[in-house]
Amino acid sequence: MPAWLSADLAIQASYFVTAALFIIGLKRMSSPVSARSGILWAGAGMAVATLVTFLYPGMSNYGLMLPAMFVGGGLAWWSGKRVAVTNMPQMIALYNGMGGGAAAAIAAVELYRGGTQGYTTSTLAVAGGIIGAVSFSGSAIAFGKLQGLITRSIRFSGQQILNLLVLAAALVLGGLVASHANASPAVVTGFFVLALLLGLTMTLPIGGADMPVVISLYNALTGLAVAFEGFVLNNAAMIIAGTVVGSAGTLLTQLMAKAMNRSLGNVLFSGFGDTGAAATGEVTGSLKPIEAADVGVMMAFAQKVIIVPGYGMAVAQAQHKIWELAQLLIDRGVNVRFAIHPVAGRMPGHMNVLLAEAGVPYDLISDLDEINAEFETADVALIIGANDVVNPVARTDKSSPIYGMPILNADKAKNVIVIKRGKGAGFSGIENALFYLDNTRMLYGDAQKAGAELIQAIKAV
Amino acid sequence: MTGIVALYIFMLAAFTGYEVIARVPVILHTPLMSGSNFVHGIVLVGAMVALGGAHTPLEKTIGCIGVLLAAGNAVGGYVVTERMLEMFKSSGARAAAAKRTH
Repeated sequence: MPAWLSADLAIQASYFVTAALFIIGLKRMSSPVSARSGILWAGAGMAVATLVTFLYPGMSNYGLMLPAMFVGGGLAWWSGKRVAVTNMPQMIALYNGMGGGAAAAIAAVELYRGGTQGYTTSTLAVAGGIIGAVSFSGSAIAFGKLQGLITRSIRFSGQQILNLLVLAAALVLGGLVASHANASPAVVTGFFVLALLLGLTMTLPIGGADMPVVISLYNALTGLAVAFEGFVLNNAAMIIAGTVVGSAGTLLTQLMAKAMNRSLGNVLFSGFGDTGAAATGEVTGSLKPIEAADVGVMMAFAQKVIIVPGYGMAVAQAQHKIWELAQLLIDRGVNVRFAIHPVAGRMPGHMNVLLAEAGVPYDLISDLDEINAEFETADVALIIGANDVVNPVARTDKSSPIYGMPILNADKAKNVIVIKRGKGAGFSGIENALFYLDNTRMLYGDAQKAGAELIQAIKAV
Repeated sequence: MTGIVALYIFMLAAFTGYEVIARVPVILHTPLMSGSNFVHGIVLVGAMVALGGAHTPLEKTIGCIGVLLAAGNAVGGYVVTERMLEMFKSSGARAAAAKRTH
């Protein structure tokens, strides 16, 4: 091996290439046309970086490292391949939490070892440690909530004060460690225990409806933690990749919170999200049921039908039936469009992924801004398991908790058909005025069954 | 790498992340979140270095957990993102694919 070709040069050059591949990959993932190749570019970068890291000078413990990689990677591979598309949001939360936990583990090893020289390094190790640990335990709670393992949101008075106390205590211990005043193993342990506890107490009171924003936030936080630990280890690839994810994730979190017309502080600290506020407002009128056969005729002879899917469609796994239904209508010459609210489902774009799984081409799917003017010319708006995102009180009722949230103007369509399992209020607990309008009819049943009935009805026309 | 160079890298990378995402359509929000989740799986190389330099049983145990978690982040993030993006096809591409199979 020539003298200039040292292991160090190979490592630095490979990390440089990896950083470039990650950025190219993310760039390609931000357009539907090139998205599929984006993950391949990023994946190539990860493979290069992982392989070259084995060349690191002075490394030991390969006997522990390789089994740990195979167990962690193998379990993730197995679960990632098996998970249903509906459950992907919580798997993202889980994998993200693992990344946060890994960043915290790096901080822990460095701090226990006393390997951080200088105040900058120790401060960044502590900062990355607390952020990573919060992301780890918080994401675990987010996973539990979306998976249905944790069904209640635990709230009590003084909760915010408790959170503040835990945060303050963690910061005090972190400060002791970072300033080298007392970096004994006991203090380091106490710091990490408090950081993990903070993730739990922060996330437990947040309702399921807000989990998309929370997962996105923890994704950004993990990126930041990885970047900080990159500073500690003097690893440019970690700094760049972590920072890119940190800033991109922050922007994504803002976009999502904006789509719900909530500030991030409101999501994290208001405790709204699955019980809703008491002020639901009185709704006048009655719910008018309709039979599937009548809806079938109505849609078969319509010129334009706009389908609005929501979480109910995901729960019932009805996306394939709905696409079959849409294809029947398209074959009859009906103009069929899918209207997606940014926060429909449990993650932004969640509905798009489900529809894509069923085979709906993305050019039939429209965002809120593109489609909202078109409801006025639509003969039928078919609402499938969506609720708050089509509730017109968001435009009219100042006392409503969702007032001001941008909604799909489904109420402007000539006929509104709502497929819904029962008469209960939506995820937020707010009564939906759309269901009581004169031009609205309710088709009761789960989305899968109702979809099948509608297909029969249209075929019979 | 000196502190100030690291700070420059941090700033430029932050702007890069913001710009790369700035014009992303809503339909790609979930895959992109999943993709960026995969990218911070680079924490695996840090976990490997941390475990590689660990000496006491405590350090080794935590380092081992770190590598295990990081590998899960990287592999799981890749698999889920890849599965999601595999589904994205335009009607043109679908028609072409259908023609090929018939």
